[in-house]
This record gives sequence, C-alpha cells and structure tokens, in this order.
Amino acid sequence: MNDIAVYEADLATKRVRRRWSAWEVWGVALLVPYVLVFLLFVIYPVAYGFWLARDPQAYVALFEDPIFVRAVFNTLVFILVGVNLKMMIALLLSGFFVHERLWIRWLSVLFILPWAVPSIPTILSLRFMLNPEWGLVNQLIFRLTAEDGPNWLNDPSLGLTFAILVHIWKSLPFWTLVLVSGRLAISRDLYEAAAVDGAGRIQQFRFITWPSMSTLYITCLLLSMIWTLGDFNSVYLLTGGGPADLTHVLATLGIRYLRLDAVNLSMATIVSAMPIVLPLVYFMMKRLSR
Amino acid sequence: MTRRRLQAVANEAKLLLIGIPVLLWTLLPIYHLFLFAISPKQSAFSGNLWPEEPTLRNFEIVLSQQHYFLTHFWQQLGNSILIAVATGVITLFIATTAAFAISRLRARGGRLVMNLALFTYFIPAAFLAVPMYRTMGLYGLLNSRWALILAMVTVASPYAIWVLKQASDKLPYELDEAAIVDGASPMQLFRLVYLPLMMPSLVAVGTYALLLAWNEYLYAFLLLSRDTDITLPVALGNFLAADDSPWELLMTTGFIYALPPAAIYYAFRRYMVAGLTAGAVKS
Repeated sequence: MNDIAVYEADLATKRVRRRWSAWEVWGVALLVPYVLVFLLFVIYPVAYGFWLARDPQAYVALFEDPIFVRAVFNTLVFILVGVNLKMMIALLLSGFFVHERLWIRWLSVLFILPWAVPSIPTILSLRFMLNPEWGLVNQLIFRLTAEDGPNWLNDPSLGLTFAILVHIWKSLPFWTLVLVSGRLAISRDLYEAAAVDGAGRIQQFRFITWPSMSTLYITCLLLSMIWTLGDFNSVYLLTGGGPADLTHVLATLGIRYLRLDAVNLSMATIVSAMPIVLPLVYFMMKRLSR
Repeated sequence: MTRRRLQAVANEAKLLLIGIPVLLWTLLPIYHLFLFAISPKQSAFSGNLWPEEPTLRNFEIVLSQQHYFLTHFWQQLGNSILIAVATGVITLFIATTAAFAISRLRARGGRLVMNLALFTYFIPAAFLAVPMYRTMGLYGLLNSRWALILAMVTVASPYAIWVLKQASDKLPYELDEAAIVDGASPMQLFRLVYLPLMMPSLVAVGTYALLLAWNEYLYAFLLLSRDTDITLPVALGNFLAADDSPWELLMTTGFIYALPPAAIYYAFRRYMVAGLTAGAVKS
C-alpha cells in the first residue's frame, strides 16, 4: 500500500517533470533570439570596445586634451543645469495641463509635436533661425533695433545654452506627460479637504502634490540624466561641437575622435563617461527591477 | 457674485498667460520649417513671418528629384521605410517571444535576461555607437542596410521586452492553466491565447521600434555611407556639409520626412501614451 503510494507519487512527479520539461525547452528556445542579439551586438561590441580602450596612454592623452576637459565640463552643465531646469519646468507645466479645459486638451495635443517628430529637421530649422545674417532672429533684431544681432552659435557659452534649449524643447513634452499622469493619480479629495482647511496653492503643492510625486519625480530626473548623457543630436546638429570644438559633450566627442581616426581615444572617452553613467544606471535598476 | 466672476476671469487669464507662451515655444521651430518649405528661394531669407507668394514649388523639386542634392530622394525615402519596417517587425518578434518566455513560461534564466535587457536599455545608445560601428566592420556588414536594421533592433528590443513583460504579467494566469488543462501546447498557448490578448501592447511596441529606426540619425550616418544606401536623415545631414546648401529644399525634405512619424503618432496616440509612458516610469 505504502509502496504503491510512493510509486504513484513518483510516477506523478516524473510525469509532471516530463510534461514541464517540454515547456522549459520552449521557454529557453524563445529566449534564444534576444540572447543571440545581445551576445552579438551588445556583449561582443562592449568587450571589443573595452579592449580597444585598454591602453593607459590613451587616458593620459585624453586628460591632457583641453577639448576633453571642456567636454566633461559641458556634459556636467548639460545634465546638472539643463536636466534639472527641464524637469522643474515639466513639473510646473504638468500642473497647468491637468486643468480641464477643451483648449488645454487641444494644446496638449500640439504640445507633444516636438517629441513626435524626428529631431533633425527641427534642429536644422532652429539652426537656420539663429543664422547671423539670414536667420529669423537676427532679422527681427535688425528690424526692431536697426542693429546687427550677435552671432549666436559662434559663441561657446551661447552655443551650449542653445543646445540645452534644443534638448529641452525636444524632450520636455514627454516628461511633462509622465508627470501629468503622476498628478492625475493623486486623489482630488485630498485637495478639497486641504482647501476646506484653508490651505493655499503653495501649501497644497508642498503637503499634497510633492509628497505624492517625489518618487516619480526623482525617477524621471535620474532617467532623464542618463538619456541626456547620450544626447548626441542636440549638440552635433546645432553647433557640430564648434566653435573651435568648445561645445562638445562626451557623446559627440567620442564621434569626433572616431572621425579623426583615433579609435582608442574615442573608446577612452566613452569609458570615461562610465563613472557618471553606471551609478545612475545602478539606481535605476534598483528602482525598476523590483 | 460679480467678484466670483472676476476671479474666474482672472483664473482663465492666468492659464492663458501660460498657454500662449507654451504654444509659441512649441510651434515656432516647426512653423519656421513649414515657412521655408512653402517659400520661394528668394523670399525664404527675407525674415517675413508669411511668404508674399507661398508656393509648392519646393515640394515639386524634391519629389521630382530636380536638384543634385536630391538625386536619390525616393531611394532614400525607400531605405528609411524599409529599415523602419524591418526594425519594427524583427523587434516585435524578438521581444514578444522573449516576454512570453520570461513572463508566461517562466523560463530558466528569464530573470537574468530581463535584467541584462534592462541594463542595456539604460546605457545611452550613443555610447554603444562607436563599438557597434567597429563590430559591424568586423562582421562585414558595414555599408549594408542590415547593419542599421540589426543595430536598431539591438537598441529597441530591451525596452520592447520590458514593456511587453510588464503587460503580460498583468494577464491572469488562470487563462494559461485553463488552456493547459485543455491540452494546449506552448505554441498554441502563445498563438491562441497570448498574442490576441497582447494586441494593444504589441501595437505600441511595434510603433515604438518603427519610429525609433525612422528617427535615428547617429547610427545611420555611422553605418551607411553610399548615397543609394543612406536614409533620409543622413541625406539631410549631408546637405549641411556643403556651403551652397539649398536651405529651402533642405527644409522641404525635412518637412516631408517629419510627416509620417507625426501622423503615426497621432494615429496610435491612445496606445502610445498609455503603453509607453506607463512603462517608462513605474515608481
């Protein structure tokens, strides 16, 4: 009796195991396409890239290159000033877009355009707008003041400022939308109760909106910082890194070295960005893989 | 009573005071692009806010390839379409199978694969561009459209897998169990139960990959170089290199190039916003 029970249980587990193994095989088989892509186009290139960047001399050369030092500085300005500014505007604008008006709904449909269209035509459009002789901006300045406007993109700090503005123009809609959905998730009862208690706008923000949104806001901020580190287009298409290579960021500098046929410097630039990228990625992984 | 009305009016005015600058800020570069596209060559540079004689001549020149910068316009448009569609389809295949294996079959190593994919997603694509360029050279794929398709699939699939995994985790497991009791094989479960239920997310992810590839500039200009292989954004970038660039034609081409993603975005807006922003930031 006992034996039979054991035998049957054994048989059952065997049957289950055999039955599940077919599922397991499929499970692994269906992972193969992505794993192949990952091995061929992520692991191998990354390993090869590190191998290309193995020479310590490359880093010495890099740190002695004033263009690299400037690019590190520009990158930090970009992510510390640019991204924080963008996220603060997005937080404020999300408060505007939650108002229920028909015209605001239409505006939000148009507002998404910069994010929906590819960056190259609009950045080129902005670039021409800032052209010192023929651009719309300086023509307007000339008409209003009868004086020539500045050569906007020929000044490193103005150039970088405009690159940051282009970046904000392009990615503000996305983050605003994300924060709008965060605000809409807050119960309206809270605001009503606060209003009854006589809380003003600022107090409502401080005691209701911010505590409910701070986690989302920080996640967005970190994610945006990582992505902004890889923002090649805003700088490359607007200033091309110029004048005199003074507006490069790390993402464009890597490509510049590649074009100068200095692959080891190019890879070394990218490796140098890792101390900024990896901690941010680590935080994001911790936040999202829960 | 009048005081309350006054306050309501003041409130609307405050909203308008934000809304109008937002509208101008958003539309100015796009309007400027459009303005150039409909201006004749001479008046494009006049600085007027509306051309004296708006014309469609620029579109005619671009579409009939009448300028030496534009001799391969249709070919390049075709390349852009081919690469975007291929990226969309291949990404969808890879991401759907992976998400199904991880989320529904609970495949061995699935969690590891998910974390690796997520990690790849967070590394900015621009930093992978240089090693990718060298690797494609080693694989002998440089200057082939396959290089760009495979690169874009690599960039698009991590996020695609993640969004699909999040979506499929929400499907009730009772469905799978019921199908298994009825004797469904894994593939039948995939085809008959999983795919139909996942349709909205699949549309969002396919569109995401398609737009990503259509909009890509950096990888396209690194991996492709022949005039007959390049995509439209690379052709637009090449305009810049010349001193005598016909700006009104550049803007017209750019305008044409920007239309499909805008149209696709608005067509799938419901899927895109819900599917992608919800996936992008889960707090």
